[in-house]
Amino acid sequence: MDFSEEQLKRYSRHIILPEVGGKGQKKISEAKVLMVGAGGLGCPVGYYLAAAGVGTIAIVDNDEVELSNLQRQIAHSVKTLGVNKAESAKQTFESLNPDVNVVTIKERLNSKNVKDLFKDYDIIVDGTDNFPTRYLINDACVMLKKPLVSGAILRFEGQVTTILPHEGHCYRCLFEEPPPPGLVPSCQEAGVLGVLPGVIGALQATEVLKLILGKGKPLSGYLLIYDALGVNFRKVKVPKNKDCAVCGDNPTITELTDLPEEYCSI
Amino acid sequence: MEDIKIDKNLDIRGEVCPYTLVKSKLGIEMIEVGQVIEIILDYPEAADSVPKAMENYGHKVLKIEKINAKEWILQVRKEVED
Repeated sequence: MDFSEEQLKRYSRHIILPEVGGKGQKKISEAKVLMVGAGGLGCPVGYYLAAAGVGTIAIVDNDEVELSNLQRQIAHSVKTLGVNKAESAKQTFESLNPDVNVVTIKERLNSKNVKDLFKDYDIIVDGTDNFPTRYLINDACVMLKKPLVSGAILRFEGQVTTILPHEGHCYRCLFEEPPPPGLVPSCQEAGVLGVLPGVIGALQATEVLKLILGKGKPLSGYLLIYDALGVNFRKVKVPKNKDCAVCGDNPTITELTDLPEEYCSI
Repeated sequence: MEDIKIDKNLDIRGEVCPYTLVKSKLGIEMIEVGQVIEIILDYPEAADSVPKAMENYGHKVLKIEKINAKEWILQVRKEVED
């Protein structure tokens, strides 16, 4: 563990924690995390992971920064309007912490590229805003046995869960199939309080760091639901479903497929 | 008095808080449980705070002694894994 004097200062509050120490900080610096989406959730997740010194952060996003994003997507700015979101976030994260290597993947995730993109990373973070991608990420993580930290937000409510494939539940154990197109409104249609992804993203980043350090209990087997208006955190138990189509005893989904496009309109 | 076998020496003179603790923590991570580290320090506050922190980590402070007008010697035996 050879830290530079600068790193000793930067990570001093981590190093003095018994659960982190120099050894834990070294694990953080060697970790490789891939985030899908540099939007409301991806921005705070990446921001805190970069601050923590996560060695490699890959960001998958093929969208560009718009003015309507800046109410909640804190890694972007008026200076990066029109810039690819992965690229914009990379500039922010690397200026916060030059120790971090940010890899930009300016593609839309699909059944053909997902396994190849995920295979070199230790932990996957879902910060997407649509069901087809959410299910695709879940299924790919189950098949590759990659830990997945998933977050979702709408209006004043958010959810977080950690999926440790085959150890605990997966997204399909929780919701077998995506809801029909149009049933669940998008943030674009229903709105979202700008700070909400900050709360949920910070919880996701915490889960990622715990997984890297191997400390504490991950949110595997639970869904944490945050209600901002009522100030309630509810931790709901989610059993692993032995008949789950992807992680059950006799899986029926053994290959990845893309859901029809109309799902993407949400 | 029985002589204590020192397994590692650490000189943190010139360091101030919290780096006195940061370097002491990193130092103790480099020895095994049961081994002893001897730390020399000159930051007055650390002569009090570092031994306390070491006890809080679960280690055993064997000695904290002012050896001259400005310097202290701290001996800690590692008691628990990191």
